[in-house]
Amino acid sequence: MEREKRKDGICLRMENISKQFPKVLANENISIYLKRGEILALLGENGAGKSTLMNILYGLYRPTCGQIYINNHEATLLSPKDAISLGLGMVHQHFMLIENLTVTENIVLGMEPGSWGFIDFKKARKIVKELSEQYHLFVDPDAKIEGLSVGQQQRVEILKALYRKATILILDEPTAVLTPQEVDGLFVVMRSLQERKVSIIIITHKLEEVKAISGRVYILRRGKLAGERVTKDISKAELAHLMVGRDVVLTLNKENRITEKKPGFTLQNLFVKNDNGVTALNNLSLEVCPGEIVGIAGVAGNGQKELEEVLIGIRRIEKGNILLTGKNISRYGVKKRIQSGLSYVPSDRYRYGLFLSMKVSENILASSLDRKPYVNGINLRLRVINRRSEELVTMYGIKTPSVHEPVSNLSGGNQQKVILAREFSREPVVLVVSQPTRGLDVGAIEFIHSEILKMRDRDTAVLLISMELEEIFALSDRILVLYEGSIVKEFDPGKTSHKEVGYYMTGGGER
Amino acid sequence: MNDFFTLFNVELLHSTIRLSTPITLAAVGATICERAGIVNIAMEGLMLIGAFTAVFFAYITGNPWIGLLAAVIAGGIFSLLHAYATITLHLDHVVSGAVLNILALGLTNYLLILAFGHPGTSEPVPVSLAEYQFAVPFLSQIPVIGPVFFNQRPIVYMSFLLIIFFTLFLYRTKTGLHVRASGEHPLAMETIGVSVYRIRYLAVIISGLTSGLAGAFLSIENSNVFTSGMTGGRGFIALAANISGGWSAVGSFLASLFFGFAEAFQYKMQAARLLDLPSELFVMFPYIATVIAVAGLVRKSRPPKAVGLDFRIEKQAD
Ligand SMILES: Nc1ncnc2c1ncn2[C@@H]1O[C@H](COP(=O)(O)OP(=O)(O)O)[C@@H](O)[C@H]1O
Ligand SMILES: [Mg+2]
Repeated sequence: MEREKRKDGICLRMENISKQFPKVLANENISIYLKRGEILALLGENGAGKSTLMNILYGLYRPTCGQIYINNHEATLLSPKDAISLGLGMVHQHFMLIENLTVTENIVLGMEPGSWGFIDFKKARKIVKELSEQYHLFVDPDAKIEGLSVGQQQRVEILKALYRKATILILDEPTAVLTPQEVDGLFVVMRSLQERKVSIIIITHKLEEVKAISGRVYILRRGKLAGERVTKDISKAELAHLMVGRDVVLTLNKENRITEKKPGFTLQNLFVKNDNGVTALNNLSLEVCPGEIVGIAGVAGNGQKELEEVLIGIRRIEKGNILLTGKNISRYGVKKRIQSGLSYVPSDRYRYGLFLSMKVSENILASSLDRKPYVNGINLRLRVINRRSEELVTMYGIKTPSVHEPVSNLSGGNQQKVILAREFSREPVVLVVSQPTRGLDVGAIEFIHSEILKMRDRDTAVLLISMELEEIFALSDRILVLYEGSIVKEFDPGKTSHKEVGYYMTGGGER
Repeated sequence: MNDFFTLFNVELLHSTIRLSTPITLAAVGATICERAGIVNIAMEGLMLIGAFTAVFFAYITGNPWIGLLAAVIAGGIFSLLHAYATITLHLDHVVSGAVLNILALGLTNYLLILAFGHPGTSEPVPVSLAEYQFAVPFLSQIPVIGPVFFNQRPIVYMSFLLIIFFTLFLYRTKTGLHVRASGEHPLAMETIGVSVYRIRYLAVIISGLTSGLAGAFLSIENSNVFTSGMTGGRGFIALAANISGGWSAVGSFLASLFFGFAEAFQYKMQAARLLDLPSELFVMFPYIATVIAVAGLVRKSRPPKAVGLDFRIEKQAD
């Protein structure tokens, strides 16, 4: 029996793994195996339990029950240290890099060369250089992490695992932050690692990627294993069905219905600085007409955050103007902008979008609570507030025990719906939406997209900022590419490709 | 006016160095501690514990060196409470620090009565470290620098060495790198198999050791008695020195010199009676200097990213 397994080349088995978190059962009785030198995909919606399962494998979480066998020996993984010594390496969804340290320091961290407790920096640098040449993963060993692009940071993460002699590499949603070009680059790296007999588990929720890179796939749904398939034997539609548990519409039904150009929302030659006083928006101009969705595509860190903040009114404009139906609102504060007809869905819903410990009703009407009919003098009219909140909760299908529930107890999708309900129900003239579906599951994404399209159909001018090209393509009537704080290119989504937009997102237009 | 400038002499600089010593020691401890991610506002209390322990042991043994050693150890042990509260029990760092400060004040007052039979001030120690002041051969011959830096008492010299030691520690050693990384991104440390708990315990204890030494300076080097609450806010000034020094050992030292100067200058002005002003006004100097330094300099330096944040691997659901 043992002999047979080894012949199969199975290097890893997880058996009957369950993980109970205080509130959720994140993994329920999951068994998987991995063959030496294969690329295995782990597919599932957000919250399906993929990261949890892999964090258990990596020794970061303890399983509630279940066993793990590595090279046919039962492994007790008390900490990542144990996992690393057994040849496991993991690139986490959120990078585990220390931003103000150099590439070299990050790679050798915890296993630094040197004696007497001192670090031999020269030797460390040399090791990193050799390693990066050996695997064709080029990075500047002396650069600080904070100055690197996400693609480069990912390379550092992979090198970190290879430095620790990983033979099983786990990649948690490695493509979520990459441009299409960088994804291609990553796949090349993965295949060359495969040739060197590194076994790879790649986590993703994107169907194309499963098809493009993996040999075999496990599908996780709500903490349970929903299936195992050989990739070439299964279609995308079937994968989607297994992943979500029902049929999904993969393309939205939208038609461009804008006929005449009326002024809606105009940004004129905006100059804005970031927190460090460096120019973040550099002479940025754009226009969004009523009944139109304009998508801002770009790699994170090219001014999206500053653009969002300057539109909301929480960042200073150095130069330039913001016009709302012809009226200059550049000097307005947040409240006055809202009153002039601006609504926004912030990218960071915990920092700017919600009062987490407060009730659903208080959140859903937060921006109207200073106004009739919700106040009477200094008195909040609770009955009116509750009635209106209940209306909105029903309208937007928010799953909550009651409107008195603290928002922090809602799931991510429902929290986002609370924001949508508040912002959309104000009947805005202009809607700024930033990263509206980040971290949400397919059901919530569908709903939010259709609500955004409904707003457009009600003649709202919609500015969509998103790092997800899929989303930009699915919703936008026009695509503008943001690169280093300026709009470098405009596209008609029907007449371009992900690749072409991706090219401009990485500064390709300048070459 | 001429009189005013005669105030700025070698003696003033000499006492600047001397008076900055306890602040430097506590500040460099705070630097290590905060670099690892733990906010420490308990230096005031740690210093008090050190000051009392130093006097007690120097008094009963007649040997100030034993007092010094005991103070350092006591500081280290007392700091374990802060480490246990913040790292193991996940209490808020500021709350724990505040509680320890109050505890230390009460405890030293109580022990003072228990040991010496009366409140306020202890009996003087038979031999204080002041008697071990010595000039370093050769170095003390250098004009100005010599008499200022190299004709001092033992703990002052120790503080010089510790600044060099901790600078090397932070930037050249493996553990130092781990300390810095733990304060930036603790989870990243865990994912490569380094225990953040261990590193943080070590860092907190280091701050306890140096604060204990700072306390010993106050009671058995700069004076020969323990006085109730004798730290007089220096622990908090050290906190400010660490912050305005940009969370580095050398920066902490330089900032502490600034505070030491303010204090030395204050004594001079009082003694010189140049201006007919109430002495209370001068006593305010170091504290005003703190406010100015923190308000003016802090915005330029970046604190460690994860400082003051609770860390557990399996966080409660967000
Ligand atoms: N550290 C944690 N503590 C509590 N709950 C968690 C933790 N990590 C994940 N969860 C919960 O477990 C479920 C699965 O999460 P996760 O494994 O991150 O999903 P995926 O990676 O598939 O998106 C989610 O409901 C999530 O809220
Ligand atoms: Mg995940």
